Amino acid sequence: MAETEVSKKRKRPIVRLAVLLLSHSVLVSVICCTAGVFGLLLLPVLAKNTYISENALMPGSASSMLSNQEVSEANKLIKELNNLHSNPLGATTESHGIIAKYMSNLGAQVNNHKFHPQLNQFHPLHFFSGPDSGVMQENSTRSLYGINTVGIIRAPRGDGKEAIVLVTPYNAVKGGVRETLSLGIAYSVFSLLTRVTWLAKDIIWLVADSQYGEYAPVAAWLRDYHTPAFSNLDSLNTETCHVGNNNFESKISYGIRRSGTMAAALVLGVAYGNENEDTLGIYAEASNGQMPNLDLINIVHYLAVHRQGLRVKVEQFHWLLNSKWVKSLGEVFESLGKMVKTLNPDWKLGISAADYVEGAATLASSLYHQALGVPTGPHGAFRDYQVDAITLEFSLRISFDRLDRRNDFLLHGGRINGLLGGITLFHF
Amino acid sequence: MQIEASLWNASWATDGGRMQISLSYAPFEARYRGFDVARCSVDKSSDMNQFSSSGSVLKQGGGEEFSEELLLKPFPDRKVLAHFHFQSRAPHSSSHGRHHHLFPKAIAQLVKKFRVKEMELSFTQGRWRYEQWGGFDPLSSNNAKPPGVELWAVFDVPQSLVDVYWRNLTHTLSGLFCASINFLESSTTYSAPELTFKPSFGNLRYGTLPREAVCTENLTPWLKLLPCRDKAGLSALMDRPSIYRGFYHSQRLRLTSSESGSDEVDSGIGLEQTLTVVLQPSSWRTGKTYSVETNIQPSWSISSIFGRNIPGKCVIAKSSNVYLHLDNGLVGELKNLERENAKYVANTFESEGFQSNHAFKISVTPDKVFEEVDYLHGKSTSVIYGFSVEKYSDSQPFDLGLTWKIPVVWSCQQAPLHASRFLMGSGNERGAIAISLESTESSEGLPTSHIIDGRCELRVDIFQVVPWYIKVYFHTLQVFVDKQPRAMADVVDKIRVSPSKDKVSPGVMEMILKLPCGSKSAAFSLEFDKGFLHIDEYPPDANQGFDIPSALISFPSFNARMNFSEDEFLNNSPILSKFQETSPVLSYTEVLLIPLTTPDFSMPYNVITITCTVFALYFGSLLNVLRRRVDEEERILRSRAGRKAGWISQLLSRLSAKLRGRPQEQPTSSLPYSFISFRLVLKILLVASIAVTWQYYFG
Repeated sequence: MAETEVSKKRKRPIVRLAVLLLSHSVLVSVICCTAGVFGLLLLPVLAKNTYISENALMPGSASSMLSNQEVSEANKLIKELNNLHSNPLGATTESHGIIAKYMSNLGAQVNNHKFHPQLNQFHPLHFFSGPDSGVMQENSTRSLYGINTVGIIRAPRGDGKEAIVLVTPYNAVKGGVRETLSLGIAYSVFSLLTRVTWLAKDIIWLVADSQYGEYAPVAAWLRDYHTPAFSNLDSLNTETCHVGNNNFESKISYGIRRSGTMAAALVLGVAYGNENEDTLGIYAEASNGQMPNLDLINIVHYLAVHRQGLRVKVEQFHWLLNSKWVKSLGEVFESLGKMVKTLNPDWKLGISAADYVEGAATLASSLYHQALGVPTGPHGAFRDYQVDAITLEFSLRISFDRLDRRNDFLLHGGRINGLLGGITLFHF
Repeated sequence: MQIEASLWNASWATDGGRMQISLSYAPFEARYRGFDVARCSVDKSSDMNQFSSSGSVLKQGGGEEFSEELLLKPFPDRKVLAHFHFQSRAPHSSSHGRHHHLFPKAIAQLVKKFRVKEMELSFTQGRWRYEQWGGFDPLSSNNAKPPGVELWAVFDVPQSLVDVYWRNLTHTLSGLFCASINFLESSTTYSAPELTFKPSFGNLRYGTLPREAVCTENLTPWLKLLPCRDKAGLSALMDRPSIYRGFYHSQRLRLTSSESGSDEVDSGIGLEQTLTVVLQPSSWRTGKTYSVETNIQPSWSISSIFGRNIPGKCVIAKSSNVYLHLDNGLVGELKNLERENAKYVANTFESEGFQSNHAFKISVTPDKVFEEVDYLHGKSTSVIYGFSVEKYSDSQPFDLGLTWKIPVVWSCQQAPLHASRFLMGSGNERGAIAISLESTESSEGLPTSHIIDGRCELRVDIFQVVPWYIKVYFHTLQVFVDKQPRAMADVVDKIRVSPSKDKVSPGVMEMILKLPCGSKSAAFSLEFDKGFLHIDEYPPDANQGFDIPSALISFPSFNARMNFSEDEFLNNSPILSKFQETSPVLSYTEVLLIPLTTPDFSMPYNVITITCTVFALYFGSLLNVLRRRVDEEERILRSRAGRKAGWISQLLSRLSAKLRGRPQEQPTSSLPYSFISFRLVLKILLVASIAVTWQYYFG
């Protein structure tokens, strides 16, 4: 015992400290956990606005708004597609024909992409979903197929090394007004982009056939874009599939047309909003909690709020918004912030309780989705190819049945165009 | 008359970089001493006579001559091509001395100093759209270039010296054209093709810079080589904003020099400068934008597309002509239209009848009409209208306009196979390059492909340079013809591969293919690994990716040439005689952008700061240890321990108590070991069941 006493005496303080911590491991872990939770709760207070250089976005360069002509063209497209829904027989092939016709009228290169859907893509424990996952299932689903329509605008002065992808999921069979409206928005954006000269990257517009879910068509297109089948044996695009017998249909190739390396992707969608403001929802989480480059979200947010005057809503837990304790916590932080400010006016810690609640809801939702590992939209397919992608969901106050309202909504396409312009410039 | 001096800091001028110019001593002062400048007196009257008599070779220039030409051509997609062609020629300096009258001295010196036999330098922005603008005619074969800078040169020196001369040439050109051509000096950027590019004997070097941005600072030095610069003549049209507003822009400089000993007519140095721009006539913008209803081509004139007129010729030019080229697709379509209308007889392609027909109107009466003669098959052939600018002046500028009356739709003749190249795979570790060739409609009617051993074969040459950090495995070359996998030996006639060496040389692949005639498509894929670069080898904006230069696809069995009926005027026109030269059909693929793993560039700074901190701590403690006197400290400690025994013993006793407490707990924690594992299993089961119910209800 005396000998150990001597050795204890000789031990260095760091060892002694470690021994102390180990002996109270339960207490220490409880303290660490509470500190972590507290830190998490404190995060919305400490969050700072990201600085984006105005020069990087070249203010004014992408300011051109949509003209009435584009809106009326988009309306025509929507009307034609809506008329198709009255007779569901053959609506699929005809709708592809109509979309392809509108695209090529804009001067874009159009092709169709046929794919076999692979259902049941996601397993939370299926890590690193690569392009070769689920190939084995192909035989069973050979009779099912969907057709994507892809239009490409070549940047007039660019060298075609890079492309930005615009995705609109569209279900030709069951697609409601909601989906045709998102097509209309994408069309008006696309038509504007065919005429601008400042494009630095090609624009690919993918109308994803979403009868088998929104994710599957995008994933299938990306897979065929990146790993094409050269030999006859395993390619399905060579099958003769001229269902439509009009003249235009036969001109569209089923081979994949390519542009350069994808730089970013935006998925556009429209939702029925029940809020009292036009909002823009941003979804970013991809499979296994991967996130795109946060600059993309920041730019979209910045442009949408400051340039286009949209209300941006990153996805949130709505139940958190109304929960009492978060609110009271926010009030506590608010009062604390005020107190800190009286001590030193340079410390800007306090945020209002409402802001706090909102931030906490966003944070919780993002944590949840990243932990779950299931992508929150078709943008998840891009992440497997290291392409930054987000889903933008527009929601409106009133239903879209009234035409003037719809026109108004389509004019919002101009705002997206502004967003896209900023993104192309940013990625230049 | 003027004297020019220039400072050179290239490696050839500074003894291999050993005697560098230190720019910190600037400004420099130069003094000319010990020579007198005597100007030769020129007989003014005879001089003027020669200028006025067009077409005569300027004897005053000592055999030097200069000619300027402009070719305009409407494209099917509502755009207009403008192709400037300037040609100067000088006899070899050994026979005519070192003074030049028209020929740019900088170029003559460069040719002499670096023994350049042949050289071509091009600056390009945008991409040539082979599908819309055609790829078969000599114009596109010669002038469609890959984006960025492309330089190749043939030297008249022994093979061991070629690299040295190339390096010096790149430095000189870099200085001449204000471009970063000097990056081609590094052996990782250039290559020596032997099989496919051009017949050479090891003295050809080829290099590209795909990312070089081309702008007016490259055009200005290029214009300085012209005797009239952009002050007079056709080059006065080059309004910078309208040129750079174009969809494609390529300025090219081509040098040929022949041995002084030979007594050929064109011995000496030939300099060919071309500027090819594709512009959009502005009327398109104001009109209705939706092309469905408005198939009619936009009407344009020189003043509307350039914003300027031609103020007469450059007075010292031998010839100054403007051409309007209607390609064979358009002419065929026009003929069809005429036949339908039955207004004219089929062969009314005379200058009078055609220039103002029902389809379009040319505002100026052409001086000459050239019709391409196609001996092989009686297909429609292209027509070129020639206009001489000589009779125009400042007061009466030349302005050519083309007005369309009816909508015409046609397509340009394309190369036999349309080539595209793309990347395959994902991730940062490996990938594959694929080159796919697809037959175009135009190739079907062409009987020019070679028939060897009773088999009809189409020869295609592919030349591909890959930077060293893309580590291509050449053995993974896969060939597919008509979507069927083929053995390499069936298709590839000859292949030359030089694998890349890390940081020394790029990988080069040259293939001569023999494709079966009827094949609709062919595809090649090559796998590669992505390499790592040293931190200072990353270019600016490395996150965007790395460029792989364009592959060159050539079709030697097809000749891009036009045959015109023999005419003495043709020999005086460099651009038309150029069109008559036999050259293979060439096309370039797109530049590829490969994303490589890039470090976070703040990392080096973090590393530096961390290492500095660590070093500071380490040195501090080391210094402390070195300075410490151990015995003395121990003595002090002991004496202090004697004094403060109470506090330390208290602390020690507390510590020992804690330690005594632990051995008592340890056996209790180790005893129910199986119990704990059971609890662990319970916990896992609970989590799993939660996950399953979650999946069931929400998944």
